This record gives sequence, structure tokens and C-alpha cells, in this order.
Amino acid sequence: MTNRRVVVTGLGATTPLGGTITDTWDALLAGRSGIAPMEHDWVERYELPVTFAGELAVPAADVLTKVEVRRMDPSAQYAVIAAREAWADAGEPEVDPERLGVAIGTGIGGVWTLLSQWDVLKEKGLRRVFPLAVPMLMPNSASGNVSLALGARAGAHTTVSACASGAESMGTGYEMIRSGKADVVVAGGTEAAIHPICFAGFAQMQALSTRNDSPETASRPYDTTRDGFVMAEGCGLIVMESEEHARARGARIYAELASIGMSSDAHHITAPEPEGAGASRAMREAVEGAGLAASDICHINAHATSTPVGDVAESNAIRRAFGAAADGMCVSATKSMTGHLLGAAGALEGLFTILSVHHRIAPAAINVTDFDPEIALDVIRGENRTLPSGDIAALNNSFGFGGHNVALVIKSI
Amino acid sequence: MSASEQEILEGLAEIINEETGLDPAEVAAEKSFTDDLDIDSLSMMTIVVNAEERFGVRIPDDEVKNLTTVGDAVKFIQSQQG
Repeated sequence: MTNRRVVVTGLGATTPLGGTITDTWDALLAGRSGIAPMEHDWVERYELPVTFAGELAVPAADVLTKVEVRRMDPSAQYAVIAAREAWADAGEPEVDPERLGVAIGTGIGGVWTLLSQWDVLKEKGLRRVFPLAVPMLMPNSASGNVSLALGARAGAHTTVSACASGAESMGTGYEMIRSGKADVVVAGGTEAAIHPICFAGFAQMQALSTRNDSPETASRPYDTTRDGFVMAEGCGLIVMESEEHARARGARIYAELASIGMSSDAHHITAPEPEGAGASRAMREAVEGAGLAASDICHINAHATSTPVGDVAESNAIRRAFGAAADGMCVSATKSMTGHLLGAAGALEGLFTILSVHHRIAPAAINVTDFDPEIALDVIRGENRTLPSGDIAALNNSFGFGGHNVALVIKSI
Repeated sequence: MSASEQEILEGLAEIINEETGLDPAEVAAEKSFTDDLDIDSLSMMTIVVNAEERFGVRIPDDEVKNLTTVGDAVKFIQSQQG
């Protein structure tokens, strides 16, 4: 381990709130919802109990060439869009290809390709199956395609840990730079799972909000009337570099990616451990790993999916990790606006945390009208919150089915 | 009804454009699929299957390796048409 400092120099995203990170961030600060009714014929055909979602504000086909759309699964398309934006935002760093890495996670992978090609096999026969079916449906399709687009040869990785995938990938990129394996890494998460089977599965699990009469207010983390999460899609990626590399080229630095903490619950395949033991260990490990005390953390971008059980478990975990110091941490619940991007959520919220630290402003949650008294957190509602001047640090929490807990620490620079 | 050589060439050019983005004007009879048009074996499979559907012919896998140039493909498709 060389333990080099890792800094963030580029951001890119395509989300239900905007086709770029800039549009997404502006919408977030304006308190807009990216959730709307779905217009697909399959919603009615399969009698889905949920009829709304957070679909991309700017469809991938509006941005990519026809051939790119044909030859990549949507999950990889979103990643290529976000990677181009992040790379340009970082000023297209000059870097030895063998020192440039990629780490892009996904929760579900190429579900659209997998199932549409299965339909082709059944209905039209072997000869019509697309020869690119496998390289499109594989979960590492996004990291492979982004490595091709940027000529990255230090390694292209894919972490799969459900809704913690995107945050964990940022951890993978962080380790690549810390260990001296790479100087620059493009990292984050992507998801394109607005597919009937995903709605059917999550709905059968009773995990989704069914507030069909009011999609924009359905995602309401920490509200007493929350009834489940809202499916969304998109991608968020960052360009991270060793501080040395970024300084040498005079790059604009947003913030430092200071640490990652990870743990696993081994409690239940989907339910969070109610006391938050595993999640609190990840949070503490992240804060200690950054060489900070709990009192140094002024802001948390919470996982806060708007499920009845999950939101309370996270609140318990934060209290357990930080005790009274949690009083000094204002909490953003941005899924109230974006919905839940599954494997991309942790990454996108990582971008939000970076921007919050950089611009010293934390977004307010929308739709919280009846705050749940069981939540022992300073949840930002109404007005966005100004963060302190001077040196500050913030935490980004992500949790995934399987019992995965990931916490990232972002420091001002 | 069978297509003329020119119609087959134009049809192939459209299919190749859809698969690879190549300008249809680039797709001429003397061009090699691999050396000139940079079409890999996976793309070639898709082009073959789309050509079969469009022209109502069967192009066996064993035959595909003999189709070096676009002109070879045009001739083969024409020979298979009723």
C-alpha cells in the first residue's frame, strides 16, 4: 500500500432528474421529483401493481448513435454516457493507458438483453439470437465498454452487491489508486432495470410503493406514511485520481474520497439487521479510516429508500455508530427526488455527497410532511442546508440485499 | 421475386450500416469484409442472418467463410434466389 490521497476531479451522470450531473444537481436543489407514470404497454398487460418509476430524463437513444444503442445493453449505454461526461468534466486527463482503471458496479446487469434474447430464441429460433447477446447481458458489460471507450488498461472491475454496488465500486477504484495500481480511475454504478420482471419481483416482496395516484410524492423517506421504494434507473460516475496526479496537471478538485468502510450483516437475505450493528460498523470503519472523529462529520447522504423497515434501521445504525455526535450531522434523503437507482444509487449519492461538500450545500428531502418520530436524525426538510466553512467531511451510506453495507467518507480539500 | 445484383448490394449496404454505422457508400463489391470494412466475426453473423431474412435465402455457416468480399456475398445470394 502506498496510501496515496485520492481526489475527485470529474463527475458524470444520467438520471431521472437530468441527462447530465449539472442538470441533475440543479433539479435536486430545486426539490423536483424525477418520478412519473410509466407509459409502457407491459404495465397493463402484466397487471403490475406499480405503474410509475424514475426513468431517464433524457433517453439514451437521444445521446448515442444508432449502432451504440444496438450493440450495448441499456445498463452499458448509460455508463458510456456518464463516462463521457465525467471524462470531459475532468479535462480529459492525459494518463498512461496502463495507469487508467475502471470500476463500475451494477445490481441487476443486462436484464433487458437477457430476457429479450430468450424471447427471440423461443419465438424465432437459434439463428436469430444476437451474437452479442452474452457480452451485452453480462454484468461487467458496462465496465468493459467504458474501458474500451477510454482505452483504460490498468483493469476494469465490476462489483455486484445489489444496491451497494455503485458505492462499493468507488471503493474498488479508491483501492486501485491507494495501492499504486492506477493513477486515474473512472468509477461508479449503473442500472437499467425498469423491466416488468423487476417490478413483479420487487412487488411480490412488498418492497415497492404502490402510490399510483401520486407518483411524485411516492418516495417519502422518513415520513410515517412511507410504503416502499420507487424504482429508478441511470448511472453516476466519477473520475478519481491520486492527488499527486491531479495536482501535477493542475486539475480542478471537487473533494477528497477519504475512506471506505464495508461490512456484511449475515442476518437475513433482504431484511436489514434492525439494530444496525453491521451498518454501524461500516460507518465507523469509514470515519476511522479517514483519520476522523464522529464530530468531524457534518453531513450524511443516507441510503433512505422510503421502506418502512429500512429507514428506521438506518437511523438506528447511525445512532449506534456515532451516539450523540449524530446530532451534528444533517441528513439528506435524495431518493425522495431520484427514486431508487438500485446498483447506481450508491454511486449517484456519492456524487451528491461530493457536490454537497464542494458547494457547501446539502439538499432537502421532499415529500416528508409527517416526520416519523422513530427517526432520531436531523433530516433536512423544507430548505436546503448550508454546510459549515473550513474543513468539513461527509458520509454516504449504501446498503444492499445480501446484507452488504458500504460507507464512503468525502472530505473538503 | 429475385433481386438484381444492384438491389442486393444496396440491401447489404443498408444492413451493414445498421450493424456497424459504416457509410453505405463505402460498401462496394470489391471491398473485403474484414480487411476493408473492419467487420468482425460477430457482426458478420448478424449481417448474414439479416441478409437471409431480407433476401429469403439460406447462407450456411460453412459458406460464410468463403465470402471474402461484398461482391462474393452478392453473387452467392443471387445464386440462391429462386
